[in-house]
Amino acid sequence: MALDQSFIGRSYPPSPVYEVSREKIREFADAIGETGAVHRDTEAARAAGYPDVIAPPTFAVLISMKANDVIINDPDLGLDYSRVVHGDQAFVHHRPIRAGDRLVAVAHVDDVQTRAGNDMLTVRAELSTEDGEPVTTTRALLVSRGPEEAQA
Amino acid sequence: MSTPTITPKAAEVAVGDELPPLRVQVSRADLVRYAGASLDFNPIHWNERFAREVGLPNVIAHGMLTMALGGRLVSDWAGDAGAIVEYGVRFTRPVVVPDDENGASVELTGQVAEKRDDGIVRINITAKFEGRTVLGKAIALVRLR
Repeated sequence: MALDQSFIGRSYPPSPVYEVSREKIREFADAIGETGAVHRDTEAARAAGYPDVIAPPTFAVLISMKANDVIINDPDLGLDYSRVVHGDQAFVHHRPIRAGDRLVAVAHVDDVQTRAGNDMLTVRAELSTEDGEPVTTTRALLVSRGPEEAQA
Repeated sequence: MSTPTITPKAAEVAVGDELPPLRVQVSRADLVRYAGASLDFNPIHWNERFAREVGLPNVIAHGMLTMALGGRLVSDWAGDAGAIVEYGVRFTRPVVVPDDENGASVELTGQVAEKRDDGIVRINITAKFEGRTVLGKAIALVRLR
C-alpha cells in the first residue's frame, strides 16, 4: 500500500511540554553506560560551562519518538506501524539539552516514498524551549516493510 | 567511575587520528534497562518468542542503544558530550543478543575524517558485531576549542 505523497511538507501542532529532569538524564546515561560527570554532577556541568547537567547526544530520541507518534498514528496516513523498522536517525544539536529544559516538539513529514514495496517515511522533529529557543533537530527514516518482503 | 578527560585542542588533532576503541558487552539486562530509560518497549528487544515470530533470529538490541554507544566513543574522546553538535547513523544490521551472561559484543572504533576551519571535526564511526558493521554512515561532528 503506497503512502499518500501529499503528506510531504505536512507539520503537526506542538507536543505537550517535556520537562527534562536531572534524574532522567542520569537514568539514560546509566542505561548507555555513559559515565561522564557532566551528565550527573551539576557542579561538574557548571565547571564545563553549562547551566546544569546536560543530556547525552541521543537523549533527544525520548522526545522525538513521542512527537513522531502523531505522524505514525495519523489514521489519514495509514502507516502499518507493526511493520515499521528504524532505517536511520540523526540529531543536530543547536545546544545541548539540559536539566530544567521545558521542551516542545513540532513533527514534520519531510518525505514519503515507496520503494520495492516498502513505504519510507522521513520525519523530522524540531525541539525548542517553550519560549521558542531552538535546541535540537531530529530526523528519522521509518521503513514499513511491504507484506511480500522477506524478513531481512 | 568517570575519568576526567581533557578535550583535545583542534590544533592537536589530525585527519587520520584513531579514537581510543570501545568494546561493550550488551546483555539482555542492558536491553531491559535501555527500554525503561528510553521508553522504547518494542518486544523485539526483550521477548524472544515475539522476535522469532516476526522473523528475527532472536532478541535484538535497540538500534538507538548501538547509536548511543557510538556517541560514548566520541564523547570519551572529546571529553565533553556537549561538544557533539551533529550525529547521524543508518541502521544496517541487527545486533542479536543471546540469553546468556555475556550477551553480544559490540566493537566501536572511530577516526578523524575531516578538520574544518571553524573548529569542527568530523568523526567516522564504525560499529561491529560478529565482525560485520551494524551502523552505516555513522558520522559525528564535534566542536573542538
